[in-house]
Amino acid sequence: MFTRKCLGIGLVMSASVAYAADSPNLGTPVTPADIAAWDISILPDGRGLPAGSGTAAQGAPIYAQKCAACHGENGKGGTASALLPRGPVTSINGAERTIGNFWPVSTTLFDYIRRAMPWQQPKTLTNDEVYALTAYLLVLNKVIGESDVMNAETLPKVRMPNRDGFIVRFPGKM
Amino acid sequence: MTKGLEPIAIAANGLLDRRTFIKGGAAFAATLSGYTETQGATAQPLTDDSWSLIPGATTPPYEQRSRFEAKVTRTLTNPKGEARVQNARTPLHLSQGTVTPNGLHFVVAQSGAPDIDPAKHRLVIHGMVKRPLMFTLDALERYPKVSRMAFIECGGNSAPMFSPQPIQANLQTLHGMVSCSEWTGVLLSTLLAEAGVDPEAKWLIAEGADAPTLTRSVPLKKGLDDAMIALYQNGERLMPANGYPMRLFLPGWEGNMSIKWLRRIQVTDTPGMTFPESKTYTQLLPNGKAYQFYFVEEVKSFITQPSPGLTMNGPGTYEISGIAYSGEGCIKRVMVSADGGKTWAQAALQAPVQDKAFTRFRLPWRWDGSPAILQSRAYDDAGNVQPTRAEFVTERGELKAPLPPAAFPNQHFNGITSWAIDAKGEVKHVYA
Repeated sequence: MFTRKCLGIGLVMSASVAYAADSPNLGTPVTPADIAAWDISILPDGRGLPAGSGTAAQGAPIYAQKCAACHGENGKGGTASALLPRGPVTSINGAERTIGNFWPVSTTLFDYIRRAMPWQQPKTLTNDEVYALTAYLLVLNKVIGESDVMNAETLPKVRMPNRDGFIVRFPGKM
Repeated sequence: MTKGLEPIAIAANGLLDRRTFIKGGAAFAATLSGYTETQGATAQPLTDDSWSLIPGATTPPYEQRSRFEAKVTRTLTNPKGEARVQNARTPLHLSQGTVTPNGLHFVVAQSGAPDIDPAKHRLVIHGMVKRPLMFTLDALERYPKVSRMAFIECGGNSAPMFSPQPIQANLQTLHGMVSCSEWTGVLLSTLLAEAGVDPEAKWLIAEGADAPTLTRSVPLKKGLDDAMIALYQNGERLMPANGYPMRLFLPGWEGNMSIKWLRRIQVTDTPGMTFPESKTYTQLLPNGKAYQFYFVEEVKSFITQPSPGLTMNGPGTYEISGIAYSGEGCIKRVMVSADGGKTWAQAALQAPVQDKAFTRFRLPWRWDGSPAILQSRAYDDAGNVQPTRAEFVTERGELKAPLPPAAFPNQHFNGITSWAIDAKGEVKHVYA
């Protein structure tokens, strides 16, 4: 039902619900190839991850060139959101929520860096660069080993430290 | 008011029966005095002013408000558009009724408003559907439309209320990231039906066409219920910063989920765990855990007049006025207190009271010039009651130190707000 009745006021939208079901069918069929450039969401199990790979060593110079201006050298300081934890999140005070102490899922890094970063030139990084930056940040956050290679196979298997730190607020609405 | 013109006091500190204004008529209304931002004028002999002696301005194609209203504006956290989020807050204390003018609607924009050519904009629905489809704006214009009044509130609205001491700021700063409009568009369920949703699907990932291509995961259940592809806001096309030319609109839910500049909906069997739902729009709890998928903007109210910055103009009769809303349904009742919550009087609700929309409440008040603490408390028809601030922070925590009012590390505050009136008539934010 679209709108509910309040305090005895008439349910005036009910007619439009039946009306709305009568679609003019004006959607144009599209193929995966048509929408490939937009089809960039990565799911937590790794679906959507592209070919390519990267390591922290490869990510460091990319970070220095494209990220450090806002996020600080080696992820420290900077004017943009913190990338490194200053300790565990133990209450609503104190530690800022960052990758290593908060984010529940590893694939979020690839998804977000690729779509939204660098801030001034989003969607300009190659997939290899995104994997490399993902590896670099996961190493800085002490989540993976220094030489670990991030790719479509390995990234979804990375277990984030705070993966069990969440309570779904409204499970009945999912 | 059945006993002549004497209003009936129904709670302590001068709260009057909500029917006083209606039944009292002009004689009673004439004793009303307004709240002031400056001192009132004294009576002088009337003359014809200049505007009564010459023809007026030519009517423009798109009219702007009076130049004397120029101070009624949004407040901005990032007026230069630096590389960080931009927030614009609605001046609720200088507004009346239930509709937010489009130019004053609150905005949270992660990376500014894109300059979208509507002729080139496309909406794609794909993923777990039988027929992946693309829609132009022109095509959507031919679909059956629905209109509804609905509020939209940032999950981070009212974050200053987590401060350990009451932040001395006006209503705009404390609660200005909520607005209410008439939204018109196409029900998402219509488009999902055309695409043919896989029975195994459970989620939608909605994506904007802005620079960060912001994404949020939305339960399919909501998408098939009252979710709308909104094209119009108060009768005109969406404002650029509110998603022009189309946005997802999820009535009653956290504003960030109603993806602006909507370009893509991917039907999936799992949430994407996108950046905003993994970090920004989670709610930390005192035990170090965090709520995720908070979705609902819960029942809430606050008094808009008087409020900080609007000074009482001497003892006399005033109208206490405010806004109530609930993401779970209709406002059923609003109670008002003038003694910090000891006694309560029921406010009048302005009809029509609408589902998940601003409801304006009003109550006459005879202020005798002594200190008072005003509060409002809303009840919705789903049985939810607005908590006191003390009840709220017991469950959700309180910060050890105040933060800048623009920061919102904690979210979804819906507790009671208290305004203290001192003997001079000045209004301050207090915890009571």
